[in-house]
Amino acid sequence: MISKAYEGSIDYFQVMDEGGNIDQSLFPKDVDDSKMVSMYKYMLLTRALDAKILSLQRQGRAATYAPSLGEEAVHIGCAFAMRKQDFFVPNFRQHGMYVVRGFPLDRFILYWKGFEEGDAVPQGFNGLSVSVPVGSQMPQGAGIAYAFKYKKRDAVAIAFVGDGGTSEGDFYESMNFGGVFKLPLIGLIENNQWAISMPRNKQTASKTLAQKGIAAGIACVQVDGNDMLAVYKAVQDAIANAKNGPTLIEAVTYRMGMHTTSDDPTKYRPDADAEAWKKKDPIVRVRAYLTKKGLWNDVMEQQANEEQLKQIDEAVAKAEAFKPDPKSMFENVYSFMPEVLKQEEDAAEAANFWR
Amino acid sequence: MQMNMVSAINSALDIALKENDDVVLLGEDIGKDGGVFRVTEGLMAKYGEDRVVDTPLAESSIIGAAIGMALAGMHPIPEIQFAGFMYIAYDQLVSHAARFRSRTRGTLTVPMVVRTPVGGGVRALEHHSENPEVLYSHIGGLIVVEPSGPYDAKGLLLKAVKMQDPVVFLEPTRIYRLFREEVPDGSYEVEIGKANVLRQGSALSIITYGTMVQPVKNAVEKKGVDAEIIDMRTINPIDEATILESVKKTGRVLIVHEAPLSYGAGAEVAARIAEKALYELQAPVMRVAGPSMPYPFPAYEGYATPNEKRIGDAIDKLLSA
Repeated sequence: MISKAYEGSIDYFQVMDEGGNIDQSLFPKDVDDSKMVSMYKYMLLTRALDAKILSLQRQGRAATYAPSLGEEAVHIGCAFAMRKQDFFVPNFRQHGMYVVRGFPLDRFILYWKGFEEGDAVPQGFNGLSVSVPVGSQMPQGAGIAYAFKYKKRDAVAIAFVGDGGTSEGDFYESMNFGGVFKLPLIGLIENNQWAISMPRNKQTASKTLAQKGIAAGIACVQVDGNDMLAVYKAVQDAIANAKNGPTLIEAVTYRMGMHTTSDDPTKYRPDADAEAWKKKDPIVRVRAYLTKKGLWNDVMEQQANEEQLKQIDEAVAKAEAFKPDPKSMFENVYSFMPEVLKQEEDAAEAANFWR
Repeated sequence: MQMNMVSAINSALDIALKENDDVVLLGEDIGKDGGVFRVTEGLMAKYGEDRVVDTPLAESSIIGAAIGMALAGMHPIPEIQFAGFMYIAYDQLVSHAARFRSRTRGTLTVPMVVRTPVGGGVRALEHHSENPEVLYSHIGGLIVVEPSGPYDAKGLLLKAVKMQDPVVFLEPTRIYRLFREEVPDGSYEVEIGKANVLRQGSALSIITYGTMVQPVKNAVEKKGVDAEIIDMRTINPIDEATILESVKKTGRVLIVHEAPLSYGAGAEVAARIAEKALYELQAPVMRVAGPSMPYPFPAYEGYATPNEKRIGDAIDKLLSA
């Protein structure tokens, strides 16, 4: 005889469509008008900051940069759904998360200028520094969630991964680890359709990325990643359910820019593709919603842009005034200074650090 | 109390778990089974399943989750069942455990002790006899320790769990039950980063660690030579001062390790001697090590691993040079 050993499906939802229309049945109850405006402003700030760092890179004033253009709703939606005590485990593209969670902008810029000091985490930030090796941050998220459960703390670890990152062993291992121990862990797949030059359909034969959580025995859901309210709701639901175990959220979005400043997407990406996604821009739909409700207008938009540019310019100036200290490279390798490393430091300093 | 190295490490883990609620053990089969070498025997029964954690069979997430625990204020002691299965977790150690302190300028740190059995000589299957100490020692930010007996194992482990750094703690399987020695029941620490002069001597310096300490001692005794024997105990960071001091005294150096000769710890020791004590030498530095090849299957290992005879021959050659 044959019976069904497993049956399952993946839900997809959207709260606000491309025209700014709301599905009231899904609208998060704790999002009032002022929160909507605040979320919108943070999306604007993130996009303006992104454009600024990209421009700095093109002028040789920043190192290689990974832009977040088009993916702002994933970050802002998630950041607003998180509580202060919830923990943020990034890869390298969650710029909006840093912005909302109060990471100093000048430090953020300093990171992309290539200084470790920009990766230093402020006290109480409740998040990790940027993680470059794709997928490898995920088991750390599971370990942080284990610590929260072990210490009986009401907190959740939220670990970001890209669509490409879901092909990594560490991604599967972390979801499995979280499932086994029923950890307060959220895996947030920022599916921007591209892993450098590899499109989503060549990355995996899996119909959704969310369903990869099924094998780990955890809750999984797919949402419109260009809809900040859908991401907000998905993360909020997952936090509410965290005492029962992990949730894997796939936020479907689109990387409007390049992977990093070292590649040219026109080489591998059909123009029509990007054009089609422009219509789904995460910022445009919120502006339409707010304008319709009389909560936003062109004057406010212009004022916000001016204020934000000023804020960003001040941060850039502060970052550019930063004076590096080569000794700091040597002095943060261990909790103590090994004698042999001290010799290397002294020799480097005696040679004026090769300058 | 007389203890073998298995009981000594078990005792250290027991003390670490008792003294600090933030200490947890995690790994494959370490709970009910007590670990494949029974090093963690009885600890799950005593401290519970959330502190002695049987994990899924996935080494990268064992180390990765331990890093996460450490970042969140715990002090995990992950076990990888054999060093030959730790390569899959190498990325977590190299790309993250070693770098968090440095990349965040000390704002995020990874205090943890990774325990794993190393070395051959117990007729184990392929991948169960690896000597990867230099793979970890080449990575700034990691501490690499390899004890040569029960007393050192317990004291070094108790020191390691007090440090705020990631420590790779390599346990030679051959020594686990090889001999017993007097080990205090309670807590004590053996300094990390400091070599141990096991025997004072003036004719030559033999620098070794881990599994090779015992055959070196036997060879020296048999030959009746006045050798100074140095047990490095910590491979990284290296205790250069103790080595150089000995070289200045004896002028002759033999380095012995089980790991392959090429790019081994012996190369590092020899290079430092060449840089800083060349004119103290009365003969070229000699090395006795495993051959530069994959570790052989058990039936062949006796032909490959350095032993008393090879060490004795090297002593003769060095003293007649």
